[in-house]
Amino acid sequence: MREEIEGRTFDVLVIGGGHAGLTAAVCAAEKGATVCVLEGAPHTHRGGNSRHTRNLRAMHDAPTDVLTDAYPEQEYWEDLLRVTKGKTNEQLARMAIRGSSESVAWLQDHGVHFQPALGGTLHLGRTNAFFMGGGKAVMNALYRSARDLGVVVAYDAPVKDLDFQDGFFQSATVESKEGTYVAKAKTLVASAGGFEANLEWLEEAWGPTAKNFLIRGTPYNRGDLLKTLLACGAQQIGDPKQCHAVAIDGRAPKFDGGIVTRVDCVSLGIVVNVNGERFYDEGEDFWPKRYAIWGRLVAGQPEQLAHVIIDKKSEGMFMPPVFKPEVADTIPELAAKIGVPVETLEQTVSDFNAAVVDGAFNHTELDDCHTEGLAVNKTHWARTIDKPPFRAFSLRPGITFTYLGVGVNERAQMLMDDGKPSANVFAAGEIMAGNVLGEGYLAGIGMTIGGVFGRIAGKEAARHALN
Amino acid sequence: MHLTEALKDADRIMSICNACRYCEGHCAVFPAMEKRLEFNPADLNYLANLCHNCGSCYHHCQYADPHEFDVNVPKTFSKVRTESYGEYAWPPVMKGIYKKNGYWVAGIGSAAVIGFTVLTSMIVGGAAFFSPNPEGFYGIMPHNVMAGIFGFVAIFALFALFMGIARFWSAIGLPSPLGLKRAEILQAIHDALTLKYMGGGNSDGCTYPDEKPSKWRRRFHHMTFYGFMLCFAATSAGTIMHYLAGLHAPYDFTSLPKILGSLGGIGLLIGPAGLLWLKGKADDRVKDENTTSMDIAFLVLLFMVSLTGFALVFLGGTSLLGLALTVHLGFVATFFLTVPYGKFTHGFYRLVALIAHAYEEKNGKALPVKTETKMAA
Ligand SMILES: Cc1cc2nc3c(=O)[nH]c(=O)nc-3n(C[C@H](O)[C@H](O)[C@H](O)COP(=O)(O)OP(=O)(O)OC[C@H]3O[C@@H](n4cnc5c(N)ncnc54)[C@H](O)[C@@H]3O)c2cc1C
Ligand code: SF4
Ligand code: SF4
Repeated sequence: MREEIEGRTFDVLVIGGGHAGLTAAVCAAEKGATVCVLEGAPHTHRGGNSRHTRNLRAMHDAPTDVLTDAYPEQEYWEDLLRVTKGKTNEQLARMAIRGSSESVAWLQDHGVHFQPALGGTLHLGRTNAFFMGGGKAVMNALYRSARDLGVVVAYDAPVKDLDFQDGFFQSATVESKEGTYVAKAKTLVASAGGFEANLEWLEEAWGPTAKNFLIRGTPYNRGDLLKTLLACGAQQIGDPKQCHAVAIDGRAPKFDGGIVTRVDCVSLGIVVNVNGERFYDEGEDFWPKRYAIWGRLVAGQPEQLAHVIIDKKSEGMFMPPVFKPEVADTIPELAAKIGVPVETLEQTVSDFNAAVVDGAFNHTELDDCHTEGLAVNKTHWARTIDKPPFRAFSLRPGITFTYLGVGVNERAQMLMDDGKPSANVFAAGEIMAGNVLGEGYLAGIGMTIGGVFGRIAGKEAARHALN
Repeated sequence: MHLTEALKDADRIMSICNACRYCEGHCAVFPAMEKRLEFNPADLNYLANLCHNCGSCYHHCQYADPHEFDVNVPKTFSKVRTESYGEYAWPPVMKGIYKKNGYWVAGIGSAAVIGFTVLTSMIVGGAAFFSPNPEGFYGIMPHNVMAGIFGFVAIFALFALFMGIARFWSAIGLPSPLGLKRAEILQAIHDALTLKYMGGGNSDGCTYPDEKPSKWRRRFHHMTFYGFMLCFAATSAGTIMHYLAGLHAPYDFTSLPKILGSLGGIGLLIGPAGLLWLKGKADDRVKDENTTSMDIAFLVLLFMVSLTGFALVFLGGTSLLGLALTVHLGFVATFFLTVPYGKFTHGFYRLVALIAHAYEEKNGKALPVKTETKMAA
């Protein structure tokens, strides 16, 4: 691959071959530009976090072949405003929302298939379109489209440095298995993701507790490009602590555990920390609306570890987890198995059971089963934990992706420190998601941001290069 | 039931898929999986027989090798499926024939071809065997002898096949056929005849032989299956004409048996050849050795039955008639003998699995597997 790249000047260089990068590459090539994609991961891991995704959130005013009902711009915007607590750039956010109405059709035109809405726990058939075969199928299709358009793709080709002068990109230095070489292009699309897989950087932001975080996605998003761009004077967006983090099974692999490591029974039981104490309302809202705060909650507990405990009544009421739970017939036995103090756990459970106010249990609505008089009450779906066997799943914070990024404008041009756009650098995907997501998260908006800004970045870069 | 490595691995993989479910929509395996919280050997045998080894869920899996979860549904299910034919085979002693099945079929095939040739030439005499026969091939082997041999082999084969399928049927918990609704059976037959689940669940086809979707495997399979059915129809037409209308072979080229047989024969040349070609190109990572061995043997056998059938037609008036006849009969006999003990079985197991799937879809829940086949905790 090196020979095909070295010594050539491409119209567009895309660094990072995920959904955002490939979308940009395909769009640029369709405009007639010569395009090179440098993907830091090997072929088997191409597509970064995008290969772990399952859906994208798409605005639509009427039912489509893959989305039910309607999800109008205003509702989408209000949802976003609520989760980000207003920390969003309205102009860019509305662009992403409007652009999302074309995302499904664009992907379908490029070989991606969608499936009918999932029946399971997330009631998302209206707002989110589900990929058939998941994100890796999407990435395979986009890589095929890119190949058919003559895009040059190098795998195992991480970019370690940029030649960047006065806000003007010149070339990138690749440190690949084929040695170190330079890739030249007239424009750059930066789409190499966040820095979520860079444990040292996470530690800088979070302190030593970050050692206990698990990384849900690719080990290759180490933020090298982001760091280089910031060092070259790009405008920084967001705070390094902001990220999407969920509580996942504590036994998940350090990297790349993806979707199957999630634990879906928090709202059915109680969650205790390593001291055997409850610390947050498990039944605050529907789990799909709450799972994204539990990463942070667990991160705030000692050893960044917690355990969700359910009894027999909850069996079969949630998506089956991959990791088998610890099972015991008594609470002390369970406490011993999961390594929390026996007396405290017994006390916690009996206090909880005593505080439960009987109601009509209904897991599909915010029911009236709750506790009263506890320091931390459970406001819905509170049922006594008294019917053996008892089961425990461990929980750890799992980082999905970080929000720290570079500023962009509505043409996806990267902004420099002085607020002026760089002449020939564009950014798309996680690396600029912080412009839209100051904090919080809406399921499926990651792919929406990557797709919309990827298309804009690709077209703008091609236009710039071909002019 | 003995827990094989393949079953253990299938159980492990299904637990991962069941928490992921990204592949729901590719085929019937995933909706069937989602109706279960745990997987007993009979469940896994059922799911494996729903899988068409199309490769989609492998190429689309974020947990495929080199990921430590090492999820590979098509390969694992190939293993389980082939083992399941052995598990339910009748008589049970025939279980072993599904291991390295290709060698068995090749051995039986060689023995049958040589046996027929040597015996027939000894009976009719070398000189007569190697000269044109005015009565055509019935001059070499009388109709009743031929019908007798093949009738006997066919009855045994069908009985053994039936026994295996019946054991599979009951193991996966299907009620008696009388307890099924017509719609369920029709649905299953429709899905089998259209190869619905060999399509990747979308308009582009399944990812076979490589990651790029393609419709060629389904096309070649259709040619093979419908080619076979046409040949079957040709034989049936010939039998009816022989016994009921008193019309005896050889028939001329515009007769029903010849037209059906020729069309079917062409299908049985192109279809298996195409499938073999695709199999050669297909990713080794989705293949299981024992299954591949069985598949190749079956495809070569079908191809040879057809090729030697055509040879018999074209060499009919020459001194090679005798040889052409015995070689053809050798392959046909091998085909019948291995009906219950080779790839031919897959169609019936597939149909039973599709019936089970249609039944489960209608009833919205999993079939109850027999308790003695439950996996130890
Ligand atoms: C488990 C999981 C599930 C998710 N599910 C969803 C979902 O259902 N819907 C949704 O909208 N979002 C989801 N997300 C978020 C979503 O994955 C991201 O928002 C989106 O994929 C970002 O796309 P991207 O192209 O910017 O990044 P990525 O897809 O991560 O691509 C970045 C690429 O850059 C490469 N790279 C990194 N550094 C370098 C370098 N120095 N040089 C060259 N290449 C480099 C990486 O190898 C990678 O391929 C999920 C994330 C995870 C982890
Ligand atoms: S094959 Fe892989 S992607 Fe498909 S459902 Fe199973 S685990 Fe998920
Ligand atoms: S038929 Fe295809 S998609 Fe379905 S399980 Fe088998 S290989 Fe996977």
